[in-house]
Amino acid sequence: MKHRISALFLGTALALAAGGGAMAQDKTVKIGVLTDNSGLYSDLGGAGSTLAAQMAVEDSGLAAKGWKIDIVSADHQNKPDIATTVARQWIDVEKVDIFVDVLNSGVALAVNNLVKEKNAIMINTGAATSDLTNAQCSPNTIHWVYDTYMLANSTGQALVKAGGDTWYFLTADYAFGHALERDTAAVVVKSGGKVIGTVRHPLNSSDFSSFLLQAQASKAKIIGMANAGGDTTNTIKQAAEFGIVAGGQKLAGLLLFINDVHSLGLKVAQGLNFTETFYWDLNDGTRAFSKRFSERMKNKAMPSMVQAGVYSGLIHYFKTIDAMGGNPHDGVKVVAKMKEAPTDDPLFGKGTIRADGRKLHPAYLFEVKKPSESKGPWDYYKLVGTTPGDQAFRPLSESACPLVKK
Amino acid sequence: MQALYAQLLVGLINGSFYALLSLGLAVIFGMLNIINFAHGALYMMGAFCAYFLLNLTGIGYWWALLVAPIVVGIFGMILERTMLQWLAGLDHLYGLLLTFGIALIVQGVFQNYFGSSGLPYAIPDYPQIGEWRGLQGGMNLGFMFLPVYRGWVVIFSLVVCIATWYLIEKTRLGAYLRAATENPTLVRAFGINVPRMITLTYGLGVGLAALAGVLSAPINQVRPLMGADLIIVVFAVVVIGGMGSIMGSIITGFALGVIEGLTKYFYPEASNTVVFVLMVLVLLVKPTGLTGRAA
Repeated sequence: MKHRISALFLGTALALAAGGGAMAQDKTVKIGVLTDNSGLYSDLGGAGSTLAAQMAVEDSGLAAKGWKIDIVSADHQNKPDIATTVARQWIDVEKVDIFVDVLNSGVALAVNNLVKEKNAIMINTGAATSDLTNAQCSPNTIHWVYDTYMLANSTGQALVKAGGDTWYFLTADYAFGHALERDTAAVVVKSGGKVIGTVRHPLNSSDFSSFLLQAQASKAKIIGMANAGGDTTNTIKQAAEFGIVAGGQKLAGLLLFINDVHSLGLKVAQGLNFTETFYWDLNDGTRAFSKRFSERMKNKAMPSMVQAGVYSGLIHYFKTIDAMGGNPHDGVKVVAKMKEAPTDDPLFGKGTIRADGRKLHPAYLFEVKKPSESKGPWDYYKLVGTTPGDQAFRPLSESACPLVKK
Repeated sequence: MQALYAQLLVGLINGSFYALLSLGLAVIFGMLNIINFAHGALYMMGAFCAYFLLNLTGIGYWWALLVAPIVVGIFGMILERTMLQWLAGLDHLYGLLLTFGIALIVQGVFQNYFGSSGLPYAIPDYPQIGEWRGLQGGMNLGFMFLPVYRGWVVIFSLVVCIATWYLIEKTRLGAYLRAATENPTLVRAFGINVPRMITLTYGLGVGLAALAGVLSAPINQVRPLMGADLIIVVFAVVVIGGMGSIMGSIITGFALGVIEGLTKYFYPEASNTVVFVLMVLVLLVKPTGLTGRAA
C-alpha cells in the first residue's frame, strides 16, 4: 500500500515535471490565414496566401527540429463582423497563435483590436490602411508589405513631379479607400499639386461610367483610383472605353496588383504607373520562389505581393520562435523579439521592423509594359524607380503611434 | 447641366441590362411560376461562353451574340428537364431554393477555375467600314463622349426587349404559351405538348440572360461573380415592376437604370441602395408592384 502511494506520488511528480518542461519547450504553432476566399480580392490573397504559408512552413525546416505547425484558413467575406467572429473562435477554441494575410482594411482594423486584447500576433500582409502602424498601432501587429502612406508617397509624388498637378479621386467608400485618398491628397498638396474633386463609390461596383464622367468633366490631369481589385480593373477598362486616357487625362492606379494587370490584359493596362514592394521578376530569389509557387497554384498564377508577404513574414516569425527555443504563446513577447532581429529573405531582401510595427523594405515604381515589350505570360512590369525602405514609409517623427518614444 | 444629361444617358445604358435580365426573369416567372435565382449565374455563363468562343474556337463577338444564348439556353433546358420540372405545382419557395443552390454551385465551380479578378474580353473591332472600327471608339455628343459600344447596347437590347414582348403578347405561339400557364390540362387537350413548351420557355428566358452576359463582357471584366453582384438589383427591378409582367419589367428596368444614374450624380454613396429604397416605397403603396396584377 505504502509503495503504491509513493509510486503514485512519484508518478504525479514526474508527470508534472514533464508537463512543466513541455511548457517551456512547447514546439507547437497554429497559423490562421484569414482572408477573402471568395470575393473580389480572392486572387490577391485567398488560396494563394494559404499556399504561401504552407511553403513557408516547408522551407523553415522546423518540422525536422521537432516542431508541429498547423495551418487553418477561413473566408472573412470582407466583413469585419464575420472576421472578428472567426478570429475570436480561432484564438479561444483552436488556439491560433498568429494571423497572416487579413486583407481588407476594415477587417484588419477590427482584427487588430482583437489580437491585441487576446495577446495573439498579426502579420498583416494584405490590408493597406496606414492606421495599422499609426494611430491604431499595436504591440501585437506587424504591417508587412505596403500601406497607403507608402503608395501615396511613391506614386503620388512621382506623378506630380511629372506634371500631374491637378487630381480627381475615385474612391472606394470604406476605411481603405478613405485612408488611401487622404494620404495621397496630402502628398499631392505637399508636392505642389491640387485636389479638385472626389467621388466616393460603393465597394464592389460593376459600373463606373457615371463616376468616370464626373472625373472627366472635372478636367483634372490625374484621376487617382483609390480602390482595389475588381473595382480598379473595371475602372481602368471603362476609362479606356470612355476615351479618358486618349483625351489627355492620366489614370493613376494607387493600388494595383499583378493579378489585376493579368486579368486586364496588357492592351488595356499598358502605361499605368503604380507602386509595389514585390514583383516575381525582380531578381533570382524572387524568380525561384515565384516559379515554385506558380507551379503549385491551380491557375499557374504568379504570387501577388500580399501572398509573397505571407511567406516572408512567416519565415521571419519561424526564425524568431526557433531562436527562442519554443513557442511562449505570448504575442507581445514574440513580436518584440521579431522587431529586434533584422529580416532577410529572398523575396523582400534585407529589412527591419520598426517600433511601430512597420516592416521596412524598398518600394518599386513600375510601369506596365506594352504588349510588344512583353516576352510571355506574366512578363508585365518595367521598373521605373526604387525608393529605399527608410524613405518609402511614414517617418517615425510624423507617427502618432503610442509605441514610439519621442 | 451637361454632366446631368450624360448621367441620364449612362443610366439608360445600365437600364438596358436591367431590362434584359428582368425580362428573362419575368418570362420565366410568368410562364413557369419559378423565381429563377440562377439567372445571375446564367448571365455570367453567357459572358464566359463568349470568352471561350473567342479564345478556344476563334468565334468573335457577333457570332457569340447568337451562339452563346443558344448554348447556355440548352444548358438551361437541361436544368429544367432534370430538376425544375419536378417542382411544378409546388410552393415558389422550392424553386427559389433550388435555383439559388444551382447558382452557388455554378459560381463556385467557375471561381475555382478562373479566380475572382476575371478575364479580358475586348470590344469588337470589326467590321471596319470607313473610319468605323467595329464598335470601338466613340463620338463626341457635345455634352459627353459616348462610346459606340454603349450606344449599341441600348439599341440592341431595346430591339430584343420589344421582340420578346411581341412574341409573347401578340403572336399565336405566345397565346398558346399564356393559355398553357393558365390552364395546362385544357391546352393539352387541344394536342399541344405543354411540357415541351415550358422547357422551351425556360430556355428562352435563360437565353436572354446569356445574351445580356455577352453584351456586358466587353464592358465589365468577365468574372464569376458578375451575376451575383447584379442579380439582387435585378430582382428588385422585377419586384418593383410587378412579378411576371413583361412590359412592366422592360419599362422598370430602363427607368431604374436612369434613377440609379442620377443618384450616382447627386449622391454617389447611395447608388447601391437607392433601388431598394424605391422597392420598399413601391411595395408599401402597391404590394403587387407597379404593373403587376393581383394574384
